[in-house]
Amino acid sequence: MTGAIQCIVRRDLLLAMRRKSDVATALLFFVIVASLFPLGVGAEPNLLRSIAPGVIWVAALLSSMLSLSRLFAADHADGTLEQILLGAAPLSLVVAAKAFAHWLVSGLPLVLIAPLLALQYDLPASLYGVLALSLLLGTPVLSLIGAIGAALTLGLRGGGVLLSLLVLPLYVPVLIMGAGSVEMAAAGMGGQGQLLLLAAFLVVAAAFAPWAIAAALRISSE
Amino acid sequence: MNWFWYASPQTFFPLAATIARWSGIAAVVLALAGLYIGFFVAPTDAQQGEAYRIIFIHVPAAWMSMFLYVVMAFWAALGLAFNTRLSGMMARALAPTGALFTFIALWTGSLWGKPTWGTYWVWDARLTSELILLFLYLGFMGLQAAIDDPRRADRAGALLAIVGVINIPIIYYSVQWWNTLHQGASVSLKSSPTMAAPMLAGMLVMALAFWMYSIAVAMVRVRCIIRERQ
Amino acid sequence: MSEFFAMGGYAWYVWGSYGVTFLLLFIEMILLKKRSKKA
Repeated sequence: MTGAIQCIVRRDLLLAMRRKSDVATALLFFVIVASLFPLGVGAEPNLLRSIAPGVIWVAALLSSMLSLSRLFAADHADGTLEQILLGAAPLSLVVAAKAFAHWLVSGLPLVLIAPLLALQYDLPASLYGVLALSLLLGTPVLSLIGAIGAALTLGLRGGGVLLSLLVLPLYVPVLIMGAGSVEMAAAGMGGQGQLLLLAAFLVVAAAFAPWAIAAALRISSE
Repeated sequence: MNWFWYASPQTFFPLAATIARWSGIAAVVLALAGLYIGFFVAPTDAQQGEAYRIIFIHVPAAWMSMFLYVVMAFWAALGLAFNTRLSGMMARALAPTGALFTFIALWTGSLWGKPTWGTYWVWDARLTSELILLFLYLGFMGLQAAIDDPRRADRAGALLAIVGVINIPIIYYSVQWWNTLHQGASVSLKSSPTMAAPMLAGMLVMALAFWMYSIAVAMVRVRCIIRERQ
Repeated sequence: MSEFFAMGGYAWYVWGSYGVTFLLLFIEMILLKKRSKKA
């Protein structure tokens, strides 16, 4: 079982490394979106400080969503997906491994870069930890839920935009709790409740999403 | 009783027409009764004047929007579990009506908000959740519209509906928490008029009317879907 | 009678709500009828 997981993760990471530009563009998108907001709302420091958690989280959401179509598209195009569906390894396990690999390249970098963006918004350094932790807990959930959408919209025309429409409403609780944890911490109330809820989301998503992703893949591949 | 007798589109087809006819009549009768109660029996509200009468549409529409989504998800789950074609068709038939009621709830909520709270839109927990519900409906319809193969469309939509229905309580409680964080003692559009008996009666009757209407429309729509797929 | 239509000054809001609601339900029925004829 662990052999299959290791194999898939290693393969997906290798493929991602071969196309570094895909990974880099998603990351760059994160940074650009977060940089756009001050241009739109004005550079008043108090305002920026108050909207920082929300903006960074929304930027993370959008960036995570953009990179979702990559999850299954390449495998679908060259027939690997069919092989996986016919193969011996349990599909839930395979998709969990794929989602994990996807998160390593699209989610984890966001966690690491977020403090830089927080610096741009003059967020107090004491909040960097909460911000990073909230993203660390939240981005895997985004990957898992997004993977369901990616599997459902596999091969469809207009797939990318449709994927956004499907997946963004489901992202809302993660966004609320993620940004909320930082805001609570900023108000001096700790934010542990929200972080614990995020952790709960993660556990539930990790437990149930792979099944849904596998079912969606089977539906999309008939 | 053989539950699966009517699971075949062919046998269900004439039954749907009968159901549509009777629920349609019930809808009209209940709507007339409900409107009568709402306009002529229920007294004027002390704080909101006549504006509160919007409640007789707003609350029933909101109830229906949520109820129809759950029913849709129920048929979707049944279709995935038993692989019955008709279940998927039922889910597809319910979606547009559900989306419509969601929009009506938002529209009437907005028009109720203006005279009572001063703005057309408030980020009230219920209204915001209702907005997200509209997105869930539109996503469901969009996904099915984007897939050409009817079987794949039914099943993909079904999975999405099930994922959505599980998320709805989570979304609602998240939004409610978010709302209290940002607005403190905010006002909820529903809680304001005290529920005098005629008001509650009017709301219930209108809700039943909308329910009967939804059944009638869903029956007609599922008949269309059955015919289109032959 | 005119009092009824004025709805205590909230005519726009009340009739706007009821009007749009029944209009939309009516449109839904019409569209369904068209679809039924086409099928």
